Amino acid sequence: MKNLEKQEQELLQEERSVFTAPLQRRSFLQFAGAGAAGVALVAAGCKKDRGDLMTSTGVTLDFKDDFGILNYAYALEQLEAAFYVQVVKTPYASMPANELALLTDIRDHEVAHREFFKNALSTAAIGSLEVNFSKIDFSSRASVLGTAKAFEDLGVSAYNGAGKMIKSVDYLLLAGKIVSVEARHAALIRDLLENGTFANTEVVAASTGLDTSRTPAAVLAIAGGFIKTEVKAINL
Amino acid sequence: MNIVNILEEIEKVDGEIYERLNPRRKAMKEFYNFGSKVAMASVPLAIGSMFKKAYGQTVTPAVISILNFALTLEYLEYHFYNHALLAAPGLLTPGTPAHGAITTIRDHEKAHVDLLAGAIRAAGGTPVSFEYAQFDYTGKGNFNSVYDNYVTFLAVAQAFEDTGVRAYKGQAGGLMGSPYLEVALNIHSVEARHASHIRQMRKATAGGGVNIKPWITGANDSGVAQVAAVYLGEDNVNQANITITNINGQNVPVSAATESFDEPLTRAAVEGIASLFIR
Repeated sequence: MKNLEKQEQELLQEERSVFTAPLQRRSFLQFAGAGAAGVALVAAGCKKDRGDLMTSTGVTLDFKDDFGILNYAYALEQLEAAFYVQVVKTPYASMPANELALLTDIRDHEVAHREFFKNALSTAAIGSLEVNFSKIDFSSRASVLGTAKAFEDLGVSAYNGAGKMIKSVDYLLLAGKIVSVEARHAALIRDLLENGTFANTEVVAASTGLDTSRTPAAVLAIAGGFIKTEVKAINL
Repeated sequence: MNIVNILEEIEKVDGEIYERLNPRRKAMKEFYNFGSKVAMASVPLAIGSMFKKAYGQTVTPAVISILNFALTLEYLEYHFYNHALLAAPGLLTPGTPAHGAITTIRDHEKAHVDLLAGAIRAAGGTPVSFEYAQFDYTGKGNFNSVYDNYVTFLAVAQAFEDTGVRAYKGQAGGLMGSPYLEVALNIHSVEARHASHIRQMRKATAGGGVNIKPWITGANDSGVAQVAAVYLGEDNVNQANITITNINGQNVPVSAATESFDEPLTRAAVEGIASLFIR
């Protein structure tokens, strides 16, 4: 698969050429894609020089192309990773060794996902999100596992709902590689809370046996309660 | 009959109906013009032709073939669990968590069978059909105690669920642009939930106390040499030319790097695995 950074350089070259060539439909679409990458570049620069300004303006997920969808995934993985880093750093009272091992694994997986998207998106990546975990009691097993359950089920439904928006077959496969791991997490967390609830009717419809899909708007409305940085979604 | 209302109703289910009907931006404008020009009596016919345009073209023989491939796997799983529940005395005791979990999974596989067969029929295709007797769950003699021994039964179950996850993942690209992609994704994650739970059942003492996690670690963590093909390539630590192990200086061990991404299997590889269980 082509590295995103390389792809972006090609797009930027394409951007220059559209000023000299007739604006065909195809080249216009490529031009539009390069425009988004350009905006992201400016945003990254802004963050480096004036971090406070970046925080106050928030981030924008532009769903007009795959960059927007990958950044959407990157945002969710940032949220999950930050959560599990805290869970393992400050374990709830008398966390059994097997639960600590499983939660540490999940932390490592989410960190791997987060860093993967960061590198894959390269200069097109949104900045780091500031999380808001004030509603979570990290000393309470019920609070931690209840939040984990919500995050994992949310992640599964987000990837399931975004699949049809992805234009690149390679990115669709990457999303598929990640979503099944999130589903494995979700099932485990559910079983830790109550054995046998790994795929109950809260998430899987009995009549069809289908898991849940959520639109980006629905996902961000829920995730937004845990993210301080303003996350805007456009071109949905 | 109000044609606009019909489309609005459809839009609630399929948000991209206007895009499907006419992917260009003038779609709505053209549509209203179209509606005003067509006599009311011919509207149903016009709608029929629009749906054929919107959905009919996407259901290619290749897509129907993928759906039948998926349906075959769902039959394989459904009959496996159904027989365990109905005709394997002593394997699962009603009222136990194990019996409850296998019942949940069996019911999902049955729902998937019905859903896929219905979708294939609706698309004008012919769904495949399998009876229990057409399968050999001993895997041609590799798992002779599959319905007598709970540990063996779970080992085969894990192989089926992990294969299912990899099979759907491998077919997602072939379903791009069809209305079945989302259906397949929504089955895919359910199979992953099943796999996670079956793995926990195997880890429990009664399930054999197998040293295994809910996620796939390395190239064959099942402890069963006969199912090595199910896990071929799961030890991959490189995604899109990015090395996941210790990525960006983070502490991501090799085990977590392999666990954090599930890998696909080709249809041929899955059919090779399944053929061991088909008479």
